Amino acid sequence: MLQDDAEGGGGVALKDLDDILSESIRRNGESLVAVLQDIQEHYNYLPERALRSLSRKTGVPLIDIYRVATFYNSFSLVPRGKHQIVVCAGTTCHVRGASKVTEEISRVLGIGPGQVSADGNFSLDTVNCLGCCAFAPVMVVDGEYHGNLTPAKTRKILTSLKAKWLLPAGEADERGLVDDGDAEETEGA
Amino acid sequence: MVNMLLNGLQVSVDEGMTVLEAAKFFGINIPTLCYNEGLTPYGACRLCLVEIGEPGRSKLVTSCTYPVGEGLIVRTHSERVVKTRKLLIELYLATCPSSKVIQDLASEHHVTRVRFRPRDEKCILCGLCVRMCAEQMQGKAIGFARRGVDRKVTTPFDRKSEECRLCGGCMYICPACQARCQGPREEKPICNACLNLSQPCLDYFDDAMCFMDPCVACELNSGRTPKSERRNNP
Ligand code: FES
Ligand code: FES
Repeated sequence: MLQDDAEGGGGVALKDLDDILSESIRRNGESLVAVLQDIQEHYNYLPERALRSLSRKTGVPLIDIYRVATFYNSFSLVPRGKHQIVVCAGTTCHVRGASKVTEEISRVLGIGPGQVSADGNFSLDTVNCLGCCAFAPVMVVDGEYHGNLTPAKTRKILTSLKAKWLLPAGEADERGLVDDGDAEETEGA
Repeated sequence: MVNMLLNGLQVSVDEGMTVLEAAKFFGINIPTLCYNEGLTPYGACRLCLVEIGEPGRSKLVTSCTYPVGEGLIVRTHSERVVKTRKLLIELYLATCPSSKVIQDLASEHHVTRVRFRPRDEKCILCGLCVRMCAEQMQGKAIGFARRGVDRKVTTPFDRKSEECRLCGGCMYICPACQARCQGPREEKPICNACLNLSQPCLDYFDDAMCFMDPCVACELNSGRTPKSERRNNP
């Protein structure tokens, strides 16, 4: 408990945490991955404190939770950007030019794979197959899939999205540019 | 009881046994690395490979996880098995040349060369410590984390675990770190020293704690007092 508070997940409000855990456990029962997805969706990453309290609540040994949390690429133990860009580096996508696409994304956003932008606005990750090789090369932006990418197409998509993201929140609302509905679909491979 | 053909011998064994257990029962020695009688079989090291099925349509399976079955044909020391086994040992030697257990396996199986670059890894991911902790010590303090080339054994969040009672079970059972050779370090990945020489450790580390149990060199030189006994009754 002590260690929990000293080193747990920074600014996570504990009351929130309890609600989310109980609700998610009630809904998902035994499926650890589903519960972890709920936590990740809410906090944008898996805070240590959340995992510790999940272990206490469910009786699942912490090491097993940690094992699952570090196994899947879609889980992160450190905070991710507000907007998450996932680009596929799987075999098919690789063959069809994923590395060029990744380079282009890095150029547009100024961050490399596995990094978060300094303002915490977006992060870029690579995964090893998103399960839709027919659209290779593929990237997912906040849960929305973009397929058959070329560097030029990627740049176009990203620059328009970036412009949208970087607007002050109020302004974007007024212009009707923000739709938060997408955020809920953030599930990875 | 099920009947099977073990190295050309018609035998009948209890149902539910693994091929490894059956072979052991009939006195056939199959080398293992990640197997321990007190722990659930895991099939990680692949060293216990045997060949099953008709010749020409046979395949290699890990005997520690493969259940016996009616009419199963098993060859534990066919050419293909021996060749693959030696290659595996060679790979393990390159991964972790300082492991006494692996060095002894190499000597035992006449592995005389290593064609891979030695890597001096501290862990071969056999999972013995993880199972020891969970199954025998009821600890669940350590486990695997990450995946692929980054896979490793660790505690949650890579920090001291609250579940760990420092029982040392993991170190006791580890083939890579527990039995780390205390003798002079060889230049080459293959040492073979204990089998070929008299105790290489004798004048080298006179007071050092020796984890070798049993020590091949001590046993070969039974004229002298084994090191472990020297330690116990000075
Ligand atoms: S390789 Fe990219 S979706 Fe399968
Ligand atoms: S002993 Fe069977 S795979 Fe390791």
